Amino acid sequence: MLTADHIALPTFARLPEHAGRAERIAHIAEAARQIRIQDLLLVHHAGAGHIGGDLSAIDVLATLYGAVLDVTPETVDHPDRDRFILSKGHVAGALYTTLAAFGFLPVEQLATFLQPLSALNGHPNRNKVPGVEANTGPLGHGLPIAVGHALSAKLDVSRRRTYVLTGDGELQEGSNWEAMMAASQHELDRLTVIVDRNRLQQGASVRQTNDLDPLDAKAAAFGFSVVEVNGHDHGELLDVLSAVPFRPGKPTFVIAHTHKGHPISFMSNNVAWHHRVPDRAELRQAIEELS
Amino acid sequence: MTGIADAPRFDCRNAYVQTLADLAHEDHRIVGVVNDSVGSSKLDAFRKAFPDRLINVGIAEQDMVGVAAGLANGGRIPFVSAASCFLTARALEQIKADVAYSNRNVKLCGMSPGMAYGELGPTHHSIEDIAWLRAIDNITVVVPADPVETAAAMRWAAATDGPVFIRVSRMGVPEIHEPGYEFVPGRAVTVRDGHDVTIISNGTVLWRALAAAEQLATEDIHARVLSMPTVKPLDTDAVIRAARETAGIVTAEEATTAGALGGAVAETVVSRHPARMRILGVPEFAPTGSAGFLLDRYGMSPGGIADAARALAEAS
Repeated sequence: MLTADHIALPTFARLPEHAGRAERIAHIAEAARQIRIQDLLLVHHAGAGHIGGDLSAIDVLATLYGAVLDVTPETVDHPDRDRFILSKGHVAGALYTTLAAFGFLPVEQLATFLQPLSALNGHPNRNKVPGVEANTGPLGHGLPIAVGHALSAKLDVSRRRTYVLTGDGELQEGSNWEAMMAASQHELDRLTVIVDRNRLQQGASVRQTNDLDPLDAKAAAFGFSVVEVNGHDHGELLDVLSAVPFRPGKPTFVIAHTHKGHPISFMSNNVAWHHRVPDRAELRQAIEELS
Repeated sequence: MTGIADAPRFDCRNAYVQTLADLAHEDHRIVGVVNDSVGSSKLDAFRKAFPDRLINVGIAEQDMVGVAAGLANGGRIPFVSAASCFLTARALEQIKADVAYSNRNVKLCGMSPGMAYGELGPTHHSIEDIAWLRAIDNITVVVPADPVETAAAMRWAAATDGPVFIRVSRMGVPEIHEPGYEFVPGRAVTVRDGHDVTIISNGTVLWRALAAAEQLATEDIHARVLSMPTVKPLDTDAVIRAARETAGIVTAEEATTAGALGGAVAETVVSRHPARMRILGVPEFAPTGSAGFLLDRYGMSPGGIADAARALAEAS
């Protein structure tokens, strides 16, 4: 069972405004490494979770919270904060660990992950967890919500930005494409959709299931400015996610090429790790690989 | 003597659009969200007055409700206006997760609900909306009976933080409530007192229940008519009083017989004070016909409701 003894996560202060690119990247990289170790501990000891998708998304999460989003534990309710919406709500373990790493919730609270009556459900609940913007879990919900928020910012003539992270298999839900049409129609250029393009869904590859390619052309045809990045390269993520919008009047679609289970040798790009739980030996090896 | 059946009838959508415009003038946070339903929601004038504040997502109901949740995240108060059949069926999961479970300040306005689209058939009927939404936690379900109550419920919804669903009828109804009527969620209104039998109703059927009570009074049967504008939360105390003080309860509504107002009242009486009931509503995919014709067919003409109430009163 998960207990306080399994909490090893340090917290990461916000970098000063004048911090340089190299310093920011190092900060993100160390945060991502520690978040991975802690998340593996959570999933192992809780006996459940979605570790494959967690590990695929953590570099994006660490980059956003570590150096991109204008939101802090102090401004978590500020009307003009940047919004991040985790559409792939099943990687809640990665989100909670990231929020704890950056001070949005007490690190010790992670010990309650999936425990009876915990605020840290298998999918995030904004009414119980500071920093969560929407109760996601059913797929295809985050992008419409993000479009609505970006519309509110436009109505307010606010500079606040909206970021939403979706899975790639998740894009099989038609609601995403409804929302993309609306984002383009309303010229929501402060909206950024990030696709965790790990090419695997629950039971098989996206290609074997209901293929998305050519995803870049599809997003462009829906009116987005499309950028492709290595979703595990903190420098590339930082540069792209900080620089949006790339074209005035157009929302941005970032295809973040990732691997489920990254960078653990026996998990990476292995569909079995969608929601498999590492045993004690696998946990030890995974943490060694991260050390 | 002329009764309520002879009174002039009004389309509640007119009260809806006037109130929405008034609210938008008073509070910059109010916005409209529609699925191409500008005309059917009668929102052309609103669009002219507030061109930026009527967001038309096109024919895309899942997106429409998600967008409303996102607008609420940004501090706006969205009134989503869409045909109730598409709003509640197509976007039910968004209503559940993005609005109710997320506790977003979104007002869902189900236009032309029930069998308002009569001859267009069961694809366009929305008899299930109340039962579906009543099953979801953290959303108030309101079925106004006339223009006054529609406007009052909207004003209450705008002033109250949290998810609300309001039915906005298209089929003409007489004015039942006086101007100045105060809508209180979870409160039944005794629109006619009586101690022989109780009729509980709402929406477009409430005036029919009153007309039924008028008929029964000529037979010396004195029916209590309870208006139940909020199906959730239900005024359970008023239901229990009716169960204790009268011979039985007839529920009558423009909705399915499975789990709407009738179901809510039945759940209440079986667990606290078992009472004899007749649940009037729509038990099936309705055949072709106008809403009025279909209500009559399913036993909700004034005479049909009177028959059900009389049977309970006489059996006691």
